[in-house]
Amino acid sequence: MSETVLKVQNLNVSFNGEKVIADLSFEVRKGEVLVILGPNGAGKTTLLRALLGLVPYRGKVSWATRHVSYLPPQELLQRKDLPPLSIEEFFKFKKVSRAQILKIFELVGLPQSLLGRRYGALSTGQFQRMIIAWALVDEPTILLFDEPTSGIDIGGQETLYSLLHRFWKERNLTILLVTHDLNIVWEHAENVLCMNKEKLCYGNPRKVLTPEELERIYGAGIKYYEHSHR
Amino acid sequence: MSAFVGAVAGYLGSLMLSKRMALVGGPLGHLTLPGITLALISGFDVSLGAFLFVALGILFIWLLEMRTKLPMEAITAIIFASGVAAAFLFLPEEKTVPALIGDVSQVSVEAVAAAVILSLLVFLATKKIFSGMVLASISEDLAIVSGTDTRKLNFIYLACIAVVVSLGVRIVGGLMTAAVVAIPACTSRNLSRNLFQYSYIAMVLGGIGCVLGVVSAALTGTASGPLIVIVDTLLFVVSLTSKRTGT
Repeated sequence: MSETVLKVQNLNVSFNGEKVIADLSFEVRKGEVLVILGPNGAGKTTLLRALLGLVPYRGKVSWATRHVSYLPPQELLQRKDLPPLSIEEFFKFKKVSRAQILKIFELVGLPQSLLGRRYGALSTGQFQRMIIAWALVDEPTILLFDEPTSGIDIGGQETLYSLLHRFWKERNLTILLVTHDLNIVWEHAENVLCMNKEKLCYGNPRKVLTPEELERIYGAGIKYYEHSHR
Repeated sequence: MSAFVGAVAGYLGSLMLSKRMALVGGPLGHLTLPGITLALISGFDVSLGAFLFVALGILFIWLLEMRTKLPMEAITAIIFASGVAAAFLFLPEEKTVPALIGDVSQVSVEAVAAAVILSLLVFLATKKIFSGMVLASISEDLAIVSGTDTRKLNFIYLACIAVVVSLGVRIVGGLMTAAVVAIPACTSRNLSRNLFQYSYIAMVLGGIGCVLGVVSAALTGTASGPLIVIVDTLLFVVSLTSKRTGT
């Protein structure tokens, strides 16, 4: 049994008296991929933000490590109206060396010439790879990704998840991933946490994500296609 | 003194423009007027009077924003309008022009030394917070998770603005402080391809604008404040001919 890297006990988050997360408890083991599923407004983003101490909460959140990298949804990352920031300068915010940047660029398949380009001038595909590289450049042990493929086309989504999968295998990363995409759950998740303000299900997706459970999470009309390959 | 204050105003202005706050320098400059009035009536240093009122104004803006949830621009407008109104009730007529457009012709050695030291301190503080503030502009959550204490940085940032605006009123007066903060940064943005160039070109241009403005004022016998702003504007117009496209 791998060591526990995150233990959440009785987590409660309220905004202006309204409960957003109620009494949530779960654990994450080292090297695990936990996908957090739930409808819009279920509290998934708030959960990640509470785990990182970005919002006040009641309950207990215990990390065995603090070398965590976090990526908010890409549409929440400001890309316009910024000063002329070069990509290299953006990476230097993390106090990493040029050699580290070049190494991660090679791993995500970005050309070195991009280092001098402006942060706001990258194409969507380049930006996506660049931001993954940024998240990984200082070799975190845990990644928290909030809907990393929102606003990205299907081809781009596949690229991003295959990149993440490769790094997960090579670096024994622990990944907490918020997504709406059930395909990702079937293909990559070891455990799934379904929530709608409170915990609805938790465990191996093949065991807990039954058609009935999906209907309970998302309501009637959800299509159920389980992928048999991994 | 003008070179130091102009340079640091340009440097801080490049950060303020990044935070889309460059024009806040205007209302804050107007807010200095009651402080300048008090200083002129009571006979103490105008920058000190200006600083007291800008700091007080920033505190009120910060408190009202938390209490009312009104946009910061709206609260700033209320605060600065009341500041200007209060100043004109008490400002002696003969002191109106220096208060509005600045006067560096009668500055003591102590005041020059204090302005130079404060400019250097603001430069160092701004340099320290620059990258964290830009990262927070991209995403505050990202900045916090990366180890940036955004609340502390915001406090230092506002304190730097208060000091620079207070120093700026001496050279360009309460009416035009936004110019020495915003124009060099806008000019630099047209000329630079990365953050390093952007911030330092703004600093150099801020210094050059002030020196050329003061020299022109001495040669022509006119007030330096308007000439500084005109030189800054001319440099901006020249920069338009070589605007980079973002590659």
